[in-house]
Amino acid sequence: MERYYPSRILSSRRQFLGGAGAATLALASAPALADTMIKLPLPGGPDERPITTAFPEKGALILQRTRPPMLETPFDVFDQSVFTPNDRFFVRWHWAVIPTEVNVDTFRLAVHGHVNQTLSLSLNDILAFPQVELVAVNQCSGNSRGYFQPRVPGGEWSHGAMGNARWTGVRLKDVLDRAGVKAGTVQVRFTGMDEPVVAEAPDFMKSLAIDHARDGEVMLAYAMNGEQLPLLNGFPLRLIVPGWYSTYWVKMLNDIEVLDQPDTNYWMKTAYTIPDTPHASIKPGETGFKSVPISRMVPRSFMTNIKAGDTLRASAPTLARGIAFGGDAGVSRVDFSSDGGKSWQPAQLGKDEGKYSFRQWQISFTPPAAGGQVLMARCTSSSGETQPDMPNWNPAGFMRNVIEQTAIVVA
Amino acid sequence: MLHRMLLTALVAGIALAPFYAEAEGKLALKSVNVDLPDDNSMFPDGPGADAANNNCLACHSASMVLNQPALSKAQWQAEVNKMRTTYKAPVDAKDVDEIVAYLVTIRGVN
Repeated sequence: MERYYPSRILSSRRQFLGGAGAATLALASAPALADTMIKLPLPGGPDERPITTAFPEKGALILQRTRPPMLETPFDVFDQSVFTPNDRFFVRWHWAVIPTEVNVDTFRLAVHGHVNQTLSLSLNDILAFPQVELVAVNQCSGNSRGYFQPRVPGGEWSHGAMGNARWTGVRLKDVLDRAGVKAGTVQVRFTGMDEPVVAEAPDFMKSLAIDHARDGEVMLAYAMNGEQLPLLNGFPLRLIVPGWYSTYWVKMLNDIEVLDQPDTNYWMKTAYTIPDTPHASIKPGETGFKSVPISRMVPRSFMTNIKAGDTLRASAPTLARGIAFGGDAGVSRVDFSSDGGKSWQPAQLGKDEGKYSFRQWQISFTPPAAGGQVLMARCTSSSGETQPDMPNWNPAGFMRNVIEQTAIVVA
Repeated sequence: MLHRMLLTALVAGIALAPFYAEAEGKLALKSVNVDLPDDNSMFPDGPGADAANNNCLACHSASMVLNQPALSKAQWQAEVNKMRTTYKAPVDAKDVDEIVAYLVTIRGVN
């Protein structure tokens, strides 16, 4: 119960930053951390994962894969603030060769290609650009993939391959303008310092259309939540693409190439593509659909203080609370149902940290009669987009945003 | 009553200043030198486990495979082919059938 008090939550920030995320976990339920397992209710399993504290600058996270690291944020973290602490922020790398040492004096960012002047920028050069800040959700394209049915191969995430942070850095536009983008530019391609183990494998590169790259919102961030990025979240520079899936948020960014032809590299043309259909959804087994690169995010909402299987008291006023985000737009409203979607009531929205941020919601309700019940929360974005009733399906397990259901027991 | 108090505390909490103060001025970035944990985990014993250990673990942990849901033989075949042809994993052609059979044994559709 005490973890519901904001003062307690605020006072534990130091523990987060000190890397002792264990304290928080202990508040939730876990006895000893070293051998703690967590159960993710993925249909058909495997549903157990270790909780790890073995990663640098990181607290307790769900271990999906050690190498290359895939670490998921335990869901109770999202109940504590709309800002995800840096040491609990999810981690996902494609290739296992990740520099473990970054020297801030010798690091250089190259800007080259279809430009008037090739640049080699030091971190001091970058810090000299006007500083900007923006709060934005960073979510893996495959967040919640483990709930796809039929199940699909890939990183078998629960809902914790996402986080929200205040990003500090410089506008990509300002950096591109320094280099001078030539007429005829179509895209800008971003590459980080990570490399595949096998040299012939496709290096991880992502591209944005030139107008998107120069929209004044896309950033090169050197800090999140007021501190320099953890190495595993992309130190020293990470591309921030507000409202778009994390695949574009290239970590350890050290190369920007301005292109006069569309990028056809594997990570744009083949990987991270979705069916060009409503909700990126097809029937399992369906073929012959057109594929397009995944891009903007869609609205989602989650309950954070009540878990599936929890027992609530009949006729007792109960608080439901959670987070929502609008995808590439703000949160207009969150509606709540305590009867499996038969009736909906508007939830109260918390502080607005900006259109790309998580937004907290809460509502008091009274569980009616004893027995099973399904709680649901539904986000509508400021552009009028609402979460669907039915789950989408595609072979890569991308872009889930169905209204999630939390089955509880009323006693 | 307790619930009412909790609710009040929560509403007050939401109205508090942002959790993190805004960065004042420019940050001084510091060099970083870390160690990433090793992973010596192997695949569970069984026919084909050696082939899986020898061919898969250079690039990724066994947990990536062991956390997969049950997949059909065709799906496992496609995964191994993707590792070889797209991600250029140097998997010996003679080991492919054995690896696929092993994967079907440990994470196959019944």
